[in-house]
Amino acid sequence: MTRSLRLAIALVTLLAGAMPDPAAAVDLADTPIVSVGGAVTEIIASLGAAERIRAVDTTSTYPAAAVAGKPNVGYMRQLSAEGILALGPVRVIAVEGAGPPDVLKLLAEAGVKIDRVADEPSPAGLLAKVRSISALVGRKTEGEALTAEIEAGFAALARERAMRTAHPRVLFVIALQNGRPMAAGAKSAAAAMMLLAGADNAVSGFDGYKPLSDEAIVAAAPDAVVFMDRPGLTAADLLALPAIAATPAGRRNAVFGMDGLYLLGFGPRTPAAARDLMAALDRHLAGASK
Amino acid sequence: MSAAGTVAVADLTRARRRTGRIALIGLGLLAAAALVLSLGTGPLAIAPDRVVAILAEAATGRVVPGTDSAVVLAVRLPRTLAALLAGGALGVAGALMQGLFRNPLADPGLVGVSAGAGLAAALVIVLGDRLVGASALPAMALPFGAFLGGLATTALLYAVATREGRTSVTILLLAGIAVSALAGAGTGILVYLSDDRQLRDLTFWSLGSFGGTTWSKLAATGPLLALALLGALTLARALDALVLGEAEAQHLGIPVERMKAAAVVLTALAVGAAVATAGVIGFVGIVVPHLVRLIVGPAHGRVLPASALLGAALLAGADTIARIIVAPAELPIGIVTALIGAPVFLHLLIGRGTRLA
Repeated sequence: MTRSLRLAIALVTLLAGAMPDPAAAVDLADTPIVSVGGAVTEIIASLGAAERIRAVDTTSTYPAAAVAGKPNVGYMRQLSAEGILALGPVRVIAVEGAGPPDVLKLLAEAGVKIDRVADEPSPAGLLAKVRSISALVGRKTEGEALTAEIEAGFAALARERAMRTAHPRVLFVIALQNGRPMAAGAKSAAAAMMLLAGADNAVSGFDGYKPLSDEAIVAAAPDAVVFMDRPGLTAADLLALPAIAATPAGRRNAVFGMDGLYLLGFGPRTPAAARDLMAALDRHLAGASK
Repeated sequence: MSAAGTVAVADLTRARRRTGRIALIGLGLLAAAALVLSLGTGPLAIAPDRVVAILAEAATGRVVPGTDSAVVLAVRLPRTLAALLAGGALGVAGALMQGLFRNPLADPGLVGVSAGAGLAAALVIVLGDRLVGASALPAMALPFGAFLGGLATTALLYAVATREGRTSVTILLLAGIAVSALAGAGTGILVYLSDDRQLRDLTFWSLGSFGGTTWSKLAATGPLLALALLGALTLARALDALVLGEAEAQHLGIPVERMKAAAVVLTALAVGAAVATAGVIGFVGIVVPHLVRLIVGPAHGRVLPASALLGAALLAGADTIARIIVAPAELPIGIVTALIGAPVFLHLLIGRGTRLA
């Protein structure tokens, strides 16, 4: 035991000076990309660079053509150093918050080029994200076209929003936790989308996603409840909760789901997602008043 | 007749000692096999002779830079050594606690170190983020905080359980339950305060992983793990005497109070450093000593080293599986240890459980 320990310690000291040189330069224009983050993958695909994506993470679910059949490096916050190295010479383009930090450090030390992309859930944040990714993949022209398209989308959305008089109060449920709705508070992507869709967040007073008590749900009195579509969460599940059934949304049956990445991802489809949300709210609230 | 009886007993003792020695050698080989397997296996296929060549290059200080050498030297070697050391330390800590409490259900978590480390880690993840932001947080803040939290909780418990220089093992156990619950409540508050991202970090942390073990991290926690491991091995005789009872052990010349303090401190050190290295890895501390007793019998002179070897082999093996099973992604190791260890343990209990009863 002692001897093997001594050996281990000797190895540690030896290797400290013998690490491989990380500066082994790679040609970025042709290096395959490991795309980490659903919106990152979407943007790379929208720039016409989908064929350069070598692998994706579990949050990358769209477009199907860009992600189908590609190796999956796991959840974006739990990447594996060796798994990514095993993909051959690649570079990683990861959304801010990907990790763990130690794994990214190891990858960088092993010579993998890693780029982090800021991810602020707002129109300006989305445009910045598109610009930095288009620079990273060397598709600046396509990047300009895409940002112009997204800006036009937001402008059209703003015009539609300006014509609206109704500002429905919306409760966004990201998941059910032990039968309790986890609702979106301030500073969440869901709250940002509600603003874009001309709606108000029915709950306030906390940041991010928190479980709501029955009384808080009733007190919030949402006109509509939007939830993240996922296996095991349906409108019927939410309507079965007495607290939700007691709200205006519950009484009008104005409870509907939307795809998580589409609605919350802040990718190229965001203006369309906001318009879809707006239309869905109108449909549910109009249908209810009859 | 009686002479023949004595001879038979002596033969039996000798035979048992020989089996114990063979078992220890076998476990040593198992740990060595886990080391070799771990260095040679992973999502990136590297031929065994290439692994050996890279290690030889490293030993002479002439490494040819490349993906292979980076994977073996910067990715696999530190995490494998960390897994061996942490597994050994957790295994031996379990044996220490079961010996100290004279109860096969005792777990290193009983002295509060896991709960304290968990609370400290949650503090770092949630409040550290609020104070300075996730990116400004020093990389060692989480492991260092977890380690200190574990030690602090254990120190508190020990102070509660000690009156006039005597430590009551019963109060230690009961206070451990209370303090763990308190620390759990504190962690619960922080979980409630955490945002989605912090919650994910906490969850992954509580499942454990050797992914991202760097040489600098190993250099920080490795010596602590080694110290706890080696220190525990010196307590074998005292633990054997303690089986008879505290007063009896005292009569046999064992400094019982000092020995209890040593067992608690070494356990806190082992679990604190293991948690700091890889997050929470349950199951090893409680189950490894049981498996070991089924193989080498109850004498601590064999149980302690055997627990170290089996713990090391188990974690290094589990880490290898965690690395390859969903490649290029990676499974948290706590899932693997429980998924593979628990059925094996159950199987052994069903087959040979009568020996424990």
